[in-house]
Amino acid sequence: MSIQVKYFASLRDRLGRAEDRFSAAEGTTIAELWAALWPEIPLPPNTLTAVNMEYASLQQPISDGDEVAFFPPVTGG
Amino acid sequence: MRVELRETPFEPLAELGRYQTDQHQLLGQYGATAIFIGTMRDYNQQTMVSQMTLEHYPGMTERYLRRIAETASREWSLLDALVIHRVGELQPNDPIVLVAVWSAHRAAAFAACRWMMEELKSKAPFWKREDTVAGWRWIEHNTPG
Repeated sequence: MSIQVKYFASLRDRLGRAEDRFSAAEGTTIAELWAALWPEIPLPPNTLTAVNMEYASLQQPISDGDEVAFFPPVTGG
Repeated sequence: MRVELRETPFEPLAELGRYQTDQHQLLGQYGATAIFIGTMRDYNQQTMVSQMTLEHYPGMTERYLRRIAETASREWSLLDALVIHRVGELQPNDPIVLVAVWSAHRAAAFAACRWMMEELKSKAPFWKREDTVAGWRWIEHNTPG
């Protein structure tokens, strides 16, 4: 299945890119997706994650066509 | 209710006045209006800041701002709510955010406005990057209040 991945702010700068497209097995969790994409880089502890623009836990399984986002703590307002 | 992102500077009090004038359903109904305006400072974490860039997650940011306004409206039986938030490049003294709520009585207006700001700060996907004399830096977390 095909997953669209997005990175924002300091995390994007650190990784050196804003987006990835990735093929994963059905039922892959967000944590597993990160480990597959970035085997050398542990997920920074404060990272927030979203699936289809809704906050999600690292244990949430993803589905074909999902948009998964990784980003640092938010600092608006 | 209106929730909006702005890419250019705005004047919160002028916006507030214009918006309220257009909301004819409020006339005679509201007894209380509470507003919060957040403004960019020129000094943060012991350094002068010359410019700030506000990044957001197009789509998710609007969705969360709208949800925050809708939840507050339901929870405190608000008559109306207005949220305007800047994105892009800001200079010191530029307004960052306006939250305004209208209700029958003051308790609901004060509580809803405060809650909406705290929710916005902890949930809405925005990220601040500051330019200083020592270079630029991402703000890692918001101040507690």
